[in-house]
Amino acid sequence: MTSGLVFALAGVALFAMGAAGVLLLAELMRRVLAFNIMGSGAFLVLVGLAQRNDVPDPVPQAMVLTGIVVAVAATALALALARRYQALGGRDELAGDD
Amino acid sequence: MTANELLPLAVLASSLLPGLVIFALPEERVALRTALNLAGAFAKIGLVALLVAGVAAGEDYVFRYAVLPGIDLVFKADALALLFITLSTVLWLFTTLYAIGYLEGAPHRSRFFGFFSLCVTATMGIAMAGNLFTFFVFYELLTLSTFPLVVHRGTEKAMRAGTIYLAYTLVGGTALLVGIVWLHSLVGHTEFAHGGIASALGEGQAGALKAIFLLLIAGVGVKAALVPLHGWLPQAMVAPAPVSALLHAVAVVKAGAFGIVRIAYEIYGIEFAQSLGLLLPLAVLAAVTILWGSLRALFQDDLKKRLAYSTVSQVSYIALGVALFGPLGTIGGLVHLVHQGVMKITLFFCAGNYAETLGIHKVSEMDGAGRRMPWTTAAFSVAALGMMGAPLTAGAVSKAWLGDGAEAAGMGWALWVLWASSLLNAAYFLPILWRAWARPLPAAWPDEHIPARGRRETAWLLLLPPLATAALTLTFGIFAEAEWSPLAWAKLIAQREYLQAAF
Amino acid sequence: MTEPLPWLILLPLAWATATFLLGPGRGAWLAIAGIAVQCGLTFALAGQLLAEGPQPHAAGGWAPPLGIALAADGLAAVMLLLTQGVALLLALYARGYFAPGDQAARHFWPLAGFLLAGMNALFLAADLFNLYVTLELVGLAAVGLVASGGGAAQLGAALRYLFATLLGSGAYLLGVALVYGAYGTVSIELLLPLVDADVPRAVWFAAALMLAGLMLKTALFPFHFWLPPAHGGAPAPVSALLSALVVKASFYLILRLWLGPFAPLAAAIAWLPALLGSAAILWGSWRAIRAERLKLLVAWSTVAQLGYLFLIFPLIAAPGPALAAGVMQAVSHGLAKAAMFAAAGVVIHVTGRDTVAGVAGVAGRLPLTLFAFALAGVTLMGLPPSGGFLAKWLLIDAALAQGAWALAAVVIAGGLLAAVYVFRVLRQAFLDAPAVEAAHPAPPLLEWTAFALAAASVLLGLRGMELLRLLSVGSAG
Repeated sequence: MTSGLVFALAGVALFAMGAAGVLLLAELMRRVLAFNIMGSGAFLVLVGLAQRNDVPDPVPQAMVLTGIVVAVAATALALALARRYQALGGRDELAGDD
Repeated sequence: MTANELLPLAVLASSLLPGLVIFALPEERVALRTALNLAGAFAKIGLVALLVAGVAAGEDYVFRYAVLPGIDLVFKADALALLFITLSTVLWLFTTLYAIGYLEGAPHRSRFFGFFSLCVTATMGIAMAGNLFTFFVFYELLTLSTFPLVVHRGTEKAMRAGTIYLAYTLVGGTALLVGIVWLHSLVGHTEFAHGGIASALGEGQAGALKAIFLLLIAGVGVKAALVPLHGWLPQAMVAPAPVSALLHAVAVVKAGAFGIVRIAYEIYGIEFAQSLGLLLPLAVLAAVTILWGSLRALFQDDLKKRLAYSTVSQVSYIALGVALFGPLGTIGGLVHLVHQGVMKITLFFCAGNYAETLGIHKVSEMDGAGRRMPWTTAAFSVAALGMMGAPLTAGAVSKAWLGDGAEAAGMGWALWVLWASSLLNAAYFLPILWRAWARPLPAAWPDEHIPARGRRETAWLLLLPPLATAALTLTFGIFAEAEWSPLAWAKLIAQREYLQAAF
Repeated sequence: MTEPLPWLILLPLAWATATFLLGPGRGAWLAIAGIAVQCGLTFALAGQLLAEGPQPHAAGGWAPPLGIALAADGLAAVMLLLTQGVALLLALYARGYFAPGDQAARHFWPLAGFLLAGMNALFLAADLFNLYVTLELVGLAAVGLVASGGGAAQLGAALRYLFATLLGSGAYLLGVALVYGAYGTVSIELLLPLVDADVPRAVWFAAALMLAGLMLKTALFPFHFWLPPAHGGAPAPVSALLSALVVKASFYLILRLWLGPFAPLAAAIAWLPALLGSAAILWGSWRAIRAERLKLLVAWSTVAQLGYLFLIFPLIAAPGPALAAGVMQAVSHGLAKAAMFAAAGVVIHVTGRDTVAGVAGVAGRLPLTLFAFALAGVTLMGLPPSGGFLAKWLLIDAALAQGAWALAAVVIAGGLLAAVYVFRVLRQAFLDAPAVEAAHPAPPLLEWTAFALAAASVLLGLRGMELLRLLSVGSAG
């Protein structure tokens, strides 16, 4: 098993855990963190699988950088919305589906 | 674009454009609205006269516009189209006049006349449709533009009727659509053509063609109020009288009956339809409808409901004429398309007059109405006698040709149906006439709105249209052999569209 | 500006920033002017495509793989046209909708700009990773728009939407990573010859992840849970933008992948989207029929109408009008749904009530708005002569040609169910009802823009040929 594959499998596992968290957790803060774990998993797969012949491939590095920027922006938005939601309703989880 | 292409479009525009302007008019612009309505109606009469002259001389009026690859919007003013167009155009004028009188002072008149014009436009489109695609477009447009008219009064009862109307017509439209697309996928086009287009597929596709025929007839049968698809028509009676007149005589049921004619003659071809064994079931269905409608009419006390069931019965004469394999039946069916329209619109105008003037809605309230409103009742009597097929009326002409057609086709049972229907017609119309003319005046009318003033029994705009259409009923009966009569035109159509294929 | 492609992305970014600085008053006009220019550019692009065929473009002169490649074909041009056209009318609508000093307007204009930039970039992006970035841009801007109403319910809907959209694009990103791992490229063009029917399992997994993520973002049943609260709760111009355009963006991407790199894999699972689409039509229509609130009815109708888009997938491999049907449905639904939300917004503004019962008597007071609602309804029901009718015709035609009777039956049933919920509203509107006391006057700008959108959705039925001609430029399918 190459180190790339190990990274990739670990990434998939992280992604799965994160996705389950986003879906299943109730508390907003935890869901935001779960989203970040999910994103990190995807980045790990991207970097891990691209390590062929031990020559670093610049393209996935660029992609991951871009992805991190996006993830930071999304996290910031989620935190801002969650804070405001809590301030308005005093709750830290979403009301049930209608 | 040549003049021959423009003329069919102009016929559409002559009611569409006034209708669109009327929508935008404020409620109180009565004079302008009336002027627009009448200008449109008269312009249309002029345009249709041009078309009639041209078609009689053998001109072709076709307009074609590609909507999708292989699918065209086609308007074609041929002899059959003009039969329907002329009827609708003339009756539109009378109905407009009547509606102006009927709705005086009522709310939402701009909306009413706007949709009224759209409804006539849709009827024109149905009449001039050159293929099933175009037919369907305007068939659905007719549904949409009549719904606001049916629910015009805005009461819960009107809404219920409107919902029932929509349920029937939209489901019917769906069946029609499936039939059309299916046919289109088999044949590659849906053009109306003399002798039909389905025969190109041959007997190999007989199963599919029978199923398509069923879908198409079910689709148009809803508007033609074929039993058991007629349930909406008596419900739609809650609409104002001009709307009932429009539904029953000019637009909706006629669109259905006209569709049956087009489908049988120009999609399937009458010979091919016969060889597929499609005509006999259609004839039986029409016969059942004729008898069932008449039977139900017998037991209605509500005047407009009785007329509605009478329509159910009478419109199927047209379907019966189509299904009688032979030119005589065709002529009878086609001429009845016009005759039934003229007679039934008279009856609804008169029913509206009784309701508006005296508040009479029921047959049991009709006692003495003839003494109070002799002119209206005279018009009513002429039309009712016409429906029974009394001599000198238009109805007699229709029945004579249909009877001959039945005999020529070797369908003697159809003759019995016609006789039985005439007897039933007499059974539900004569009591009304007897009450109106022979029974004494009641102590008070149910709800008298318009007091009699001298010889004027009701408002002029309410009285003149039924008198005019009653006069037409007599004229078409007495001068049936004249060269301008509907009968002569029906013969021309049969010659061009039927015999050409038959011989 | 001889090259319209980059400007379609830069221009909305520029005015989005400027409107944030200028504030909603002058900013609104700047935005409207910007979108008008985008409209012109898109028409220029469409003309160019029809004349010369598809053109690739490397942004800033940087070649892929590190540079950003843009490409436009007929499909992209149709979506761009729809987007700019609807956005222009909705911008005018929004100008009249937001009262001066409305906090929501401060956020609306910049976010709308970012949203449009993201959408245009998405339609033009030529590689899978850039598509991911545009997806996120669209998603985040849309979430911000949903939240712009500022109420607790809207923020809740926005958060729900945010998690859904992040999960969707996360799945997409993982798929992209796996594809890159397998092939070493994310360029759609380069991937085309590489993918065949017996690909490694990782690529199957990648395709499944990407499509599932995009379906989540398109709110395909059963992933629709986030849509009704988000679209039904936002201010009317936002609901219109989201329902008409944003969900189409991820559908566009599914279509791209399905017809492009994943075509060899797609045939095996083609029935799945159709099955889900059928369920969406039935369930969405049912919920719309049962809805008490007007905007929620319209939102559930979106769930149903999106289902039609997915019915085309089993038919799309064979020659026939399936693709045309899908795109026609996307365009006519976009116009009609924008019109319907805009009209609902006027009704709610005037009557002050967001309930179906509150529509009573509107026919007399807001005839133009009601007419707009009805025309939009005609398109949704698929009645002639609307664009929706052409879509329905093409879809049934394609289904019957391939013997897919079940699909035709779903289309038919969906049309009748749509009639039930549309006439539920219209019927209410025609009822005679006493005027509401707290009635506000209806601004003509709102009424006319709603009407223009609805009229466009109906008149599209007469211009189907042009649309299909543009669609066929460089068509992959």
